[in-house]
Amino acid sequence: MSSHEISEAEEKLPEARGAESAVRPVDDPFADPGLPPHEHRKQDIDERAAKRSERTVALLFTVSMVATIAFIAAYVAIPVDRYIYVFPIGHISALNFALGVTLGIALFTIGAGAVHWARTLMSDEEIADERHPIEASPEVKSKVLEEFHTGAKESGFGRRKLARNTLFGALALVPLSGIVLLRDLGPLPGTKLRHTKWARGKRLMNYNTMQPLRPEDISVGSLTFAMPEGMSEDQHDFQTEIAKAALMLVRLQPENIKDKRELDWSHEGIVAFSKICTHVGCPINLYEQQTHHVLCPCHQSTFDLSDGGRVIFGPAGHALPQLRIRANDQGYLEAMGDFPEPVGPAYWERG
Amino acid sequence: MSTASDSGAQRRGKAPAGERVADWADGRLGVYSLAKANMRKIFPDHWSFMLGEVCLYSFIVIILTGVYLTLFFHPSMEEVTYHGPYVPMQGVKMSEAFASTLDISFEVRGGLLIRQIHHWAALVFLCGMFTHMMRVFFTGAFRKPREINWLFGFLLFFLGMMTGFTGYSLPDDLLSGTGLRFIEGVFLSIPVVGTYISMFVFGGEFPGMDLIPRLYPVHVLLLPGIMLGLLVAHLILVFYHKHTQYPGAGKTEKNVVGMPLLPVYMAKAGGFFFLVFGVIAVLSAVATINPVWTIGPYRPDQVSTGAQPDWYMGFAEGLVRVMPGWEITAWGHTLVLGVFIPIVLFPLVLFAIGLYPFIESWITGDKREHHILDRPRNAPTRTAFGVAWLTAYFIMLVGGGNDLWATHFQLSINAITWFVRIGFFVGPVVAFIVTKRICLGLQRRDKDKVLHGRETGIIKRLPHGEFIEVHEPLSQEQLHTLTQHDQPDPYEIGPAVDENGVKQKIKPSQKLRSKLSKGYYGEDNVIPKPTREEYHEITSGHGHH
Repeated sequence: MSSHEISEAEEKLPEARGAESAVRPVDDPFADPGLPPHEHRKQDIDERAAKRSERTVALLFTVSMVATIAFIAAYVAIPVDRYIYVFPIGHISALNFALGVTLGIALFTIGAGAVHWARTLMSDEEIADERHPIEASPEVKSKVLEEFHTGAKESGFGRRKLARNTLFGALALVPLSGIVLLRDLGPLPGTKLRHTKWARGKRLMNYNTMQPLRPEDISVGSLTFAMPEGMSEDQHDFQTEIAKAALMLVRLQPENIKDKRELDWSHEGIVAFSKICTHVGCPINLYEQQTHHVLCPCHQSTFDLSDGGRVIFGPAGHALPQLRIRANDQGYLEAMGDFPEPVGPAYWERG
Repeated sequence: MSTASDSGAQRRGKAPAGERVADWADGRLGVYSLAKANMRKIFPDHWSFMLGEVCLYSFIVIILTGVYLTLFFHPSMEEVTYHGPYVPMQGVKMSEAFASTLDISFEVRGGLLIRQIHHWAALVFLCGMFTHMMRVFFTGAFRKPREINWLFGFLLFFLGMMTGFTGYSLPDDLLSGTGLRFIEGVFLSIPVVGTYISMFVFGGEFPGMDLIPRLYPVHVLLLPGIMLGLLVAHLILVFYHKHTQYPGAGKTEKNVVGMPLLPVYMAKAGGFFFLVFGVIAVLSAVATINPVWTIGPYRPDQVSTGAQPDWYMGFAEGLVRVMPGWEITAWGHTLVLGVFIPIVLFPLVLFAIGLYPFIESWITGDKREHHILDRPRNAPTRTAFGVAWLTAYFIMLVGGGNDLWATHFQLSINAITWFVRIGFFVGPVVAFIVTKRICLGLQRRDKDKVLHGRETGIIKRLPHGEFIEVHEPLSQEQLHTLTQHDQPDPYEIGPAVDENGVKQKIKPSQKLRSKLSKGYYGEDNVIPKPTREEYHEITSGHGHH
């Protein structure tokens, strides 16, 4: 469009244009001039150009056929576990690459051929079609309304109020059956969210080695994950239980612990907090040893482990629950009970 | 057959086979009447009209590849130990869902390609719908008679998000499981019934064993079924209303100018399906998407850093990330506003744009049909509102990826979060004002062009030494295009006392409407387009510029 304008401007300098503007309708310079005349393409006048376009289209369709054969050949020939280096993508599955590229070419060239055909060989003359208002004519409308009133009157829907109102009642009640049927989707919440597998005397098991932890296993500056004794991946409810019981341990200098209860519940500066973020329940896994802050990688809630697990930034609404721990007679760390409050995200009954 | 051949008999011999098939079908389906109305139906040509086609075609690609994936995917949360060919996962415990996803990726030939086409097509589908909606919004194509079709399209976008989310949750990998845990937190935050909803959805405590088998029919049947219905309704309405067109010479509210369905549009649109499919296929060959094998199976006590949802959920993610952690605890109950407010805000912000056509038609009181599209500058308030909405959306998208912004650009996550918190409120206001100024500026420019012509860049020296720049008058086609739009008067409440001296009661809604209407059509919001008189006055005096 714009290049067309410019070429026109070059041909007709301002002086030359003056004569043309005089032709315009004097009363309305902004009137719709109507559809511009159709301009022929090269293919419309030169059969050789049209033939060239046809050959291009045919070439594209032929490429598609070749690509489909290549797709089948690749499927048969390339083993599923072959990996190749393709610059600049890197090491990728040879089969995936070959199948995807051949399929892509086979499809794309069909599309390119069809579009090229349409653009160069099919008529490009613009045609105007009439629109009709969506609204019905007044006659149709009055006819329909009349028929509706006749039908409504014959049904007695307005007059037989007893029948109508009981019908409404029945229709309103019957979906209740469907809602009742949903009851067995799951159990009632009860106090399930308040309890975890932690209990008095349960030892803290290292999350990687599944061995009981001793205080000396936990060094200053490290973040250790633990789960309660007696849990194993083979158990049916492991996922559900670990979703609540996951624990993290850090060792602080006792004098750095700002919260008195936290200090009381710690052992030699080792503090145990729930690993489940109190925002929406992601596991926390980032520890900044200088500041004793832990960060949830999902929504960046930040908690201060030296100050009762207090929230210092982010969307979490309350502190991380702490687990009271001690070392038992054999020198292993053990819980002195369950978490005092529900772990994880807050909910209506939490209080 | 014998009655149909009566007409054929006149033409000596039997009709061609195609015609006989059509005759057969016409006797049962009435195909000739259908074709009469539609075969040569006119579709206007413009690149922006292809955005909707991208959505349609990517949806078809999703359905085709999705059906293939169901042949191999096991929607089960039963624990199995992996013994397949992918060495790093051998011996690892995982759900059957995750294991079958690994099988599709490593054992089924072409399975990885189809999985990646499915996922890429989903991203293209949602991105396509988003841009298609922007095109429809900014050109005012949603105006009467197309408000309901806008609503259908909006619902398709909303359901597309839900289907996408349920889809990428199915492989039960560490990332998607984390997303589902987030959903648990969202359910729990709902006042009074939250824990019940959570227990019923998950079949007990999170994650339980029921969720993947339950999400599966929702993802493969329920949501796509509803979407297919909406999609068909959307297309039927596009046919029924006939397509909108951009203003220009020969284009009126009473016609539609373009190419006929048979053959041009059919070839172009049909070809475009293959172009879209082809591009997605090549994309899936060269760009890995959702490599669940590097992420690993879900375990509720594990997480990876840089966890991100697919882009279309980023806006919701942002709302959840930047919301302060408000919690109100009283009388033994907790109101989890820190999670609940973002989750209520998420659909509200979306529905603000979804219901916009009805809001605008109420404000402007415009009950006419519109088939000529607006140039966005000629509807400054609508355009400004749209840009403000997009600003809020994209600021929240930044919020949804605040950790990635922090790590990639060495910024403080706290600073980004605060930027998003403030920007969510301030950004749209600034964007609104700036966009409106730009639109009005462009209207002024149009007016100048109409009255003074186009600046040619040619400097002419007059005989007495003065230099002037030559302005070239616009063609009548251009003059028409730049002046064809309406500039309605704002809605007036009318006099407080009518002609009989009776006091009119003015409702607050009327006052609001009048005020908002001024915001659309009032003096400060419109540059009056040049009148014929102005044009004649300027063009009659030679030498003035």
